[in-house]
Amino acid sequence: MLKGFARRLKVQDDINTDYVISGRYKFKIQDPKELAKYIFEDIDPEFAARVKKGDILVAGNNFGCGSSREQAPQALKGAGFQAVVAKNFARIFYRNAFNIGLLLVECNTDFIDDGDEVELDIEKSKCFNVSKGLMIDIKQVPPVMRRLFEDGGVIEHFKKNGG
Amino acid sequence: MGKTIAEKILSAHSGKSLRAGDVAICDVDFCFGQDGTSSIIIDSFRKLGIEKAFDKTKFCMVIDHSAPSPNIGVSEIHKKMRTFAKQFDLSMYDIGCGVCHQLVPQKGHVTCGDLVLGADSHTCTYGAINVFSTGVGSTDLAITLASGKNWFRVPETMKVIVNGKLPKGVYSKDIILHIAKDIGSNGATYKAVEFYGEAISSLSVDARFTISNMAVEIGAKIGIMEADKKVLKWVADHSTKVPHPVKADPDAKYTCVKEYDISKLSPQVAKPHTVDNVSGVEELSDTKVDQAFLGTCTNGRLEDLEIAASILKGNSVNKDVKFVVAPASKEIYLEAVKKGLIDIFVKSGAIVVAPGCGPCVGTHNGCLADGEIAISTANRNFKGRMGNPKGFIYLASPATVTASAIKGMIADPREYKRKL
Ligand code: SF4
Repeated sequence: MLKGFARRLKVQDDINTDYVISGRYKFKIQDPKELAKYIFEDIDPEFAARVKKGDILVAGNNFGCGSSREQAPQALKGAGFQAVVAKNFARIFYRNAFNIGLLLVECNTDFIDDGDEVELDIEKSKCFNVSKGLMIDIKQVPPVMRRLFEDGGVIEHFKKNGG
Repeated sequence: MGKTIAEKILSAHSGKSLRAGDVAICDVDFCFGQDGTSSIIIDSFRKLGIEKAFDKTKFCMVIDHSAPSPNIGVSEIHKKMRTFAKQFDLSMYDIGCGVCHQLVPQKGHVTCGDLVLGADSHTCTYGAINVFSTGVGSTDLAITLASGKNWFRVPETMKVIVNGKLPKGVYSKDIILHIAKDIGSNGATYKAVEFYGEAISSLSVDARFTISNMAVEIGAKIGIMEADKKVLKWVADHSTKVPHPVKADPDAKYTCVKEYDISKLSPQVAKPHTVDNVSGVEELSDTKVDQAFLGTCTNGRLEDLEIAASILKGNSVNKDVKFVVAPASKEIYLEAVKKGLIDIFVKSGAIVVAPGCGPCVGTHNGCLADGEIAISTANRNFKGRMGNPKGFIYLASPATVTASAIKGMIADPREYKRKL
């Protein structure tokens, strides 16, 4: 079970990976923690400064669309996010996030506000909004993805299982 | 029940009979990275602790996104790529060779029926030559570089049929923008799209690449077409690999079928800041333009340069417009020199930059100032894409972009009908 505080983006839908981390930075900076300072700069310049370690990012539909840049999930992980909760994700981002051990959870995010305390239980496929006393169903995390996440990403998984 | 193209290609590469929804490990025929993604490929590959690539003939790296390098950080990444290529004896297309999505098919690395992964989201481009090709992240690519394999979820398929005869001044770019408007930026998420219809068949292979290239802009995993005579000739001209053309069965299962008639379509323009925010060019005639860009993996091919040059001939670029041209590869550049196209561009006031991505991703070659408006032949107009979140990007065909560069406002290329 994961516990954390929700950080909700002002713009909810169709957040592309250019918005997560702009090409201006991803080519120049190779350290995810350094990249983390610039996340969402083009759509919400104050956002990065508000993120604390262990927070849970909350978004709407089609999160992570566009470019395949892996710097996007890396920068989110670098910022300290434990997980991203959204209505649904674009496919390349979805793979990339699990590959580097960042948990993605799909559920209705309409009832999670900025600052809400949230508990994620991927075993039982439930998201509990502690602040509102609301139980929200999560779409089951596919077994392949769960294994990747539990191994800490695909590299560790590959080393453990030899391919 | 029959199978879709995606089901057949993935089945053939896994040794199992797969259906949409299945997850399987497949053998990959070719994979690559570019300079925006290769740094992490290299890091991940090293972390795996593998001694060599699974097959060095099935991988390459391309320096195209920021080429030549605009700053120290990028130069370091380019150096890292060269060192890695030397150490593992891997092939590399360095600065000036061109955009990865032009080079991979043009250099004959892929052919019909292949399964291809690229660490770049527009890897779906080769769907136009009947290749199951899709973008992944760097770590996924490193796994494939090490093992020759990766896991795939077999996508459901959506069928798109494009009927009618294209009017003069209207091109494949206009078709795909029109489709993007209708389907929306996540209307095909996780899906394969199969394209059919007389409008598609009438297009050259170059023009078809434009459509498959933008499949990812509606969320699709692949945007694939059957291999007709034109495709088979194209691959025979470019590759020594044996093609294995794949057709869908007549009773294959589709999640939906969309039909379009483009015989009355006008030139289409995607407005800031999303690709599905599309209007006909006639609705935007009051829009001033500061920069125009012709190039990219979407529209930087010879045919695109020819269309632009034919409009530009005898005209000049508006004095308030910077018109940047980036040929998609060195070979296209040389061909354009031979045909006198570059002469036309330069004399009319355009700026021709090195083959590669040009200003598409905002790292160099023409970053926008605050409030500036660009019209581009690229595939994305996200806020900040051309280097400045306070810039505005419109997307259109090479003809519309060129007409706009001449006028200094978004312009209808049908004004130049006699030249087209
Ligand atoms: S031309 Fe643009 S879209 Fe194409 S690969 Fe380069 S940066 Fe990406």
